[in-house]
Amino acid sequence: MRRTLGRLVRIFLLYGIRMLTLLAAVSILSFVLINASPIDPVQQYILGLGTAVSPEQRAEIEAYWGVNEPPLERCLGWLSGLLQGNLGESALFRRPVADIIRERFLNSLALMLCAWLSAGIIGFVLGCVMGMNQDKWADKLLKKVCYLLSSVPTFWLGLVLLLVFSVGLKWFPIGFSSPIGVRGQDVTLWQKLHHLILPAFTLSLMSFANIALHTRQKLIDVLHSEYILFARARGERNLTILRRHGLRNILLPALTLQFTSFAELFGGSVMAENVFSYPGLGSAVSAAGLGGDVPLLLGITLFSALFVCTGNMIANLLYGIIDPRIREAEK
Amino acid sequence: MQPHNDTLLEIHDLSVSFRMYHHGLEQTKLQVISDLQLTVAPGEIVAVAGSSGSGKSLLASAILGILPHNAAVSGHLHYKGQELTAERQRQLRGTEIALVPQSVSYLDPLMKTGPQTDGHRRPKPVEKRSALFRRLGLPEQTAKLYPFQLSGGMARRVLVSTALLTDARLIIADEPTPGMSLDQALEALRLFREMAKAGKSVLLITHDIDLAFEFADTVAVFYAGTTVETAPASDFRIGPAALRHPYSKALWQSLPQNAFHPVEGFQPYAGDLPKGCLFAPRCPCKTTQCTTQVPPMREVRGGKVRCYHGT
Repeated sequence: MRRTLGRLVRIFLLYGIRMLTLLAAVSILSFVLINASPIDPVQQYILGLGTAVSPEQRAEIEAYWGVNEPPLERCLGWLSGLLQGNLGESALFRRPVADIIRERFLNSLALMLCAWLSAGIIGFVLGCVMGMNQDKWADKLLKKVCYLLSSVPTFWLGLVLLLVFSVGLKWFPIGFSSPIGVRGQDVTLWQKLHHLILPAFTLSLMSFANIALHTRQKLIDVLHSEYILFARARGERNLTILRRHGLRNILLPALTLQFTSFAELFGGSVMAENVFSYPGLGSAVSAAGLGGDVPLLLGITLFSALFVCTGNMIANLLYGIIDPRIREAEK
Repeated sequence: MQPHNDTLLEIHDLSVSFRMYHHGLEQTKLQVISDLQLTVAPGEIVAVAGSSGSGKSLLASAILGILPHNAAVSGHLHYKGQELTAERQRQLRGTEIALVPQSVSYLDPLMKTGPQTDGHRRPKPVEKRSALFRRLGLPEQTAKLYPFQLSGGMARRVLVSTALLTDARLIIADEPTPGMSLDQALEALRLFREMAKAGKSVLLITHDIDLAFEFADTVAVFYAGTTVETAPASDFRIGPAALRHPYSKALWQSLPQNAFHPVEGFQPYAGDLPKGCLFAPRCPCKTTQCTTQVPPMREVRGGKVRCYHGT
């Protein structure tokens, strides 16, 4: 028991250090990139004020923000603020970046979680169906559907779904996360879900084909193995084989794939949220990028790095927990 | 072909070939088993002995009906006097006919040994299994280990026990002993002998010719996918004088304790088999008849031989 605890502490320390170094690298790199970009944060700030500004006032603002200091000092200033948990203030929204990320991420989380779970489950089940029926008509048909879906761009698919189900059939709202003209506290759970379904579906369409095709291939590999031949020799039929050996052996790669798909999920949410005007982190990214909102852009960059890295870390940890061979090797 | 009633398994003219695709659409046939004859009586241990790559393991798959989809099978299989159809094979495998596979890779790497040995059938034979493990010298905690945690010898014994747990009448053991220590191998073979005494039959597929000679009742010498000679094991213990086929004699001569004299040449490739007798290209006593016509299986001195010149 104490050994397991010691192992866990060691693993968390190891991953903690890895994550910190990654974040340090990402923050420095993104700072350098922003610094080299033509975005002028002062100009964007003044535009945001909406009033005319005299050259003297502009110089004052520049002095206040420290724009004319050397880049290294500015970088150190930003990093020290970061260490104190201060991500700066958004030029677009006039609010602390940390608050915006928190609020937007909660919206996105609902969307991404729904998409992630449904893509994982549907993809896995379809992959199993295809693998068990290799080269039969069901497999051929589903495989074509998967190829089609994985080659169609998400935003286009989102637009088509919007046209058909929202504009045409009027089953779902056209955008946003809650009905227009209803106060925040009055929005019901059903209304939220109603607004969530179409964007989540679009987002899940992006990754489930990938998961299904991977699961199919893995299951086919497993079914051609010697232990499946022996299972057949012992009188096991197809469904018993899938239940006793197939699932057990394909679950692990499927889980890994599922957790490493965080990166695509985040990237996809930018598209999906923009198409459906969904107020999540994804739409905040494009707003910050287009509006030249440097603090928000940097904040979200760091956050997305953290998000993707967490996904990969969970995948790594799961491997060690579930697979007895790796568990043994780590001892 | 009318099957005999006193045999458990009868194989007549069994041929297995694979359809293979080369250069896109060009289809070739790979003949891996040709006109094989074999009979197994109840209570008998029959060894199928031959060198590696002679298609011995595919014989096991053909009997169980678990050949890959691109395999074509012809010939007749009879089990207990009745035609062994695909449907009967499905019913019999794992119940009446059990397989002891070659290596630990035939075990699911992610399933613990105990439940894996018990198999999918209910009720689970847990008591019987732990008694069997004790008998085979497997420690109590073996059941809780994963296949990758087993030593080579332990894995073999686990594989043997999967077959011994069933009530199979026919056990097909595919190279069951390599990796075991001599004691363990003898214990496993003793178990097979015990089962044979109880009326069950064992088909022992092996490249260990010594083992086949010493241990089996009948030895079938397997060459390039066919049985060239079937004879009582005692004939093989006597030597070339008692044997019928040139290949059996050469095989006997090649053993270290005998002349240790290798057989010249190579076994033919399955995609390029000779037209007549499969052994003709390497045979010291071949005639023109041997190279043009496949010799039939003949009864000679209580054994069977597929040779025009066998005496």
